[in-house]
Amino acid sequence: MSRRFKTPQGAFSVEALGMTMRFGDFTALDDVSIKIEAGSFHALLGENGAGKSTIVKAIMGFYRATAGTVLVADREVEMTDPKVAQSLGLGMVYQHFTLVPSLTAAENLVISRADAPAIINWKTERAALEAFLARMPFSVPLDQPVNRLAAGEKQKLEILKQLYLGHRFLILDEPTSVLTPAEADEVLGHVRALTRAGELTVLMITHKFREVMAFADDLTVLRRGKRVGGGKVADLTPADMAAMMMGEAPTPSNRQRATVSGKVVLQLDGVRAMDRSGLKPIAIDGVALRAGEILGVAGVSGNGQMELMEILTGQRHLSSGKIILNGAPYTATRAQAKQHKVRYLPEEPMRNACAPRMSVAENLAFRSFDENGGEKPAFWKDSTAMARNADSLISAFNVKTSSPSARISSLSGGNVQRAVLARELTGNVEVLIVSNPCFGLDFSAVATIRDRLVEARNRGVAILLISEDLDEIMELSDRIIVMSEGHIAFETPIATANVAEIGHYMAGHA
Amino acid sequence: MDPVDIGLWGVPLAILAGAIRVSTPFLFVSLGECLTERSGRINLGLEGTLIFGAMSGYAVAYETGSPFLGVGAAALAGVVFGLVHGWICKFKGVNDIAIGIALMLLGTGLAFFFGKPYIQPVAPKLPSISLGGWSDVPQVQSALQVNVLFLVGAILAVFLWWMFRSTRVGLVIRVVGDSTDAARAMGLNADRVRLLSTAAGGAFAGVAGAYLSLYYPGSWNEGISSGQGLMAVALVIFARWNPINCFWAALLFGGAGALGPALQSVGVTQGYYLFFAAPYVLTLGLLIATSSPERAMQGAPAELSITK
Repeated sequence: MSRRFKTPQGAFSVEALGMTMRFGDFTALDDVSIKIEAGSFHALLGENGAGKSTIVKAIMGFYRATAGTVLVADREVEMTDPKVAQSLGLGMVYQHFTLVPSLTAAENLVISRADAPAIINWKTERAALEAFLARMPFSVPLDQPVNRLAAGEKQKLEILKQLYLGHRFLILDEPTSVLTPAEADEVLGHVRALTRAGELTVLMITHKFREVMAFADDLTVLRRGKRVGGGKVADLTPADMAAMMMGEAPTPSNRQRATVSGKVVLQLDGVRAMDRSGLKPIAIDGVALRAGEILGVAGVSGNGQMELMEILTGQRHLSSGKIILNGAPYTATRAQAKQHKVRYLPEEPMRNACAPRMSVAENLAFRSFDENGGEKPAFWKDSTAMARNADSLISAFNVKTSSPSARISSLSGGNVQRAVLARELTGNVEVLIVSNPCFGLDFSAVATIRDRLVEARNRGVAILLISEDLDEIMELSDRIIVMSEGHIAFETPIATANVAEIGHYMAGHA
Repeated sequence: MDPVDIGLWGVPLAILAGAIRVSTPFLFVSLGECLTERSGRINLGLEGTLIFGAMSGYAVAYETGSPFLGVGAAALAGVVFGLVHGWICKFKGVNDIAIGIALMLLGTGLAFFFGKPYIQPVAPKLPSISLGGWSDVPQVQSALQVNVLFLVGAILAVFLWWMFRSTRVGLVIRVVGDSTDAARAMGLNADRVRLLSTAAGGAFAGVAGAYLSLYYPGSWNEGISSGQGLMAVALVIFARWNPINCFWAALLFGGAGALGPALQSVGVTQGYYLFFAAPYVLTLGLLIATSSPERAMQGAPAELSITK
């Protein structure tokens, strides 16, 4: 048995030895060892389901590993409970924010302390917080409710909170997934400065090679629950990392792009609406989508892309302006969508495009259940056709479900994504509006989906691609527009597109 | 003293008097509901708690001769109802609104059952403080007969506002009400916080009931409540979950409730019954006016089942 001990001041090392984790028959982690040196910035790479979060949860005490030990500052520790990890100074910054949205930054920090006083003297607390922030390389506004902070500021506040709590070993779980490249560089730069100063040890889960190359000292790669490589980042190239992650280097898809010069299909001009908070206006002007092109909409999440999607799906009320589709006003009713052959993949497909308690087969039939080939909608449900439709889509899009009659809410996020894509991409489509189509999918699935999008484009389908993944936009688009603060800030054809320039507009420096 | 004829001035005066006199139950129930909802649960049972509080407060005041013991008993009864609600709601799959309605009916039924012998006897009333001594007009003096509980309620509103802002307990309640996940990550037991918040909220509603039976109207009968417990729920939404706003909203509702009788007293005979409906119309009107189809409700605790 290990005794509780105080970890030293400043950064300390953490080591996991021979970690194995089994859930029933399934081995999520197989004898994985990882050592994070004191004061180092260690990256943990791997595809979805490689076991990254499992090992991290085992280190933090959320899971009890089937076998293996955790060493903190070279002492063996029994991680039975997240509280043990916290008391030793291990902290975790999650992918989703754990801040309380309606509390201010100051309130969030003070209440997160285990020894928060019964009566809070805001004067002295404010003074202490400001003194703490003065020692930190970055700062956040203390008096704003967290739900008014930008994503980058929230992420900074999450990291500040861990440091404020005295944690000196941080696990960052894909910390930059909601940040602009510039914000990501800023936050990670500060974190690295703290590690260099010997104040902090960091383990970062990521799949962005760029960040690993730029900031990490060491690297561990997991694949299917096994450690398949690692070492000093300085000795490795992105190609090496990709090879370790995927087993072999990915074959770059050489998609044929036919030149299809199409007429304008969809037009948005003078469209005005309010954003989700009801405080900021959304103003879309001069968007014209042509047949046979992919128009990429880039932007940091929360700059109006979600609202743009809701406007196009008819979920958001317009205060003025019109959507023009094939020369006629479009209000996104089911009849209009059917007439103009418009299909959607909205954000959060489970919430916006599925009936969670209905079966996979039923959800897959949403576009076709009332069709019988004739003009009038069918009255009786055709179960055989529905089952046939489900079987073909499930196998064509590789949807992993226990059965077509399983509730769609029992599927994982990536599989829901695939199921909705299967439904929306199949049949006679002329306009396709997609939001983050590859979110949460693994490498092979991503390539398949992107191939399908380009193939549809070559058939003359007009595709509006809203994505937070700039690489995806750069790879697929014919033309790119950038959304910032609720309006279109920039437009460029792909031939002259430049990531730095786009990033500049994404960050709102117009 | 003979009443002085003050003509139409009687209407605003009566509204002011009504605002002070009628608002107290609204104030207590809404503060209780505010506290409960800030922790992320909605307790619709406060109407039942209020009626049971009215009965138990009246009964204990009659038996002991002390109206303050009655108020204490009503608060205790409220705590019991709150604890029952909080305890049942911690189970998985239980809906707090359904339990609230069940407890509302239970509280009303139990109050009528146990309250039968107390409809006739007369219990001692709660004392009031005269704040109208500066005026010679007896109407003003009687309008400014302020009950102790009104003052307690006003202080309580400020206290709750301060508590939500500057105490550990207040912040914990807000954290739990806003995000169960964040609360769990902090090692807080969300169910226990909600249990205690609901119990405290129930106590406030019990006190509101005691005010009804021990001061105004000041007797126990089965029609004692005119839906204050339910309207207080709407009032909390209108007050955007802010205790200080609850105080002003309660005054507004009290004043609206006094409109009908006030018009009647100055000789308006036509349609004054319509003005008796003023608080209800006001409830509807305010909820429509302050809501928006476009944006989410501001200030609503995110864990509340009605705002999810």
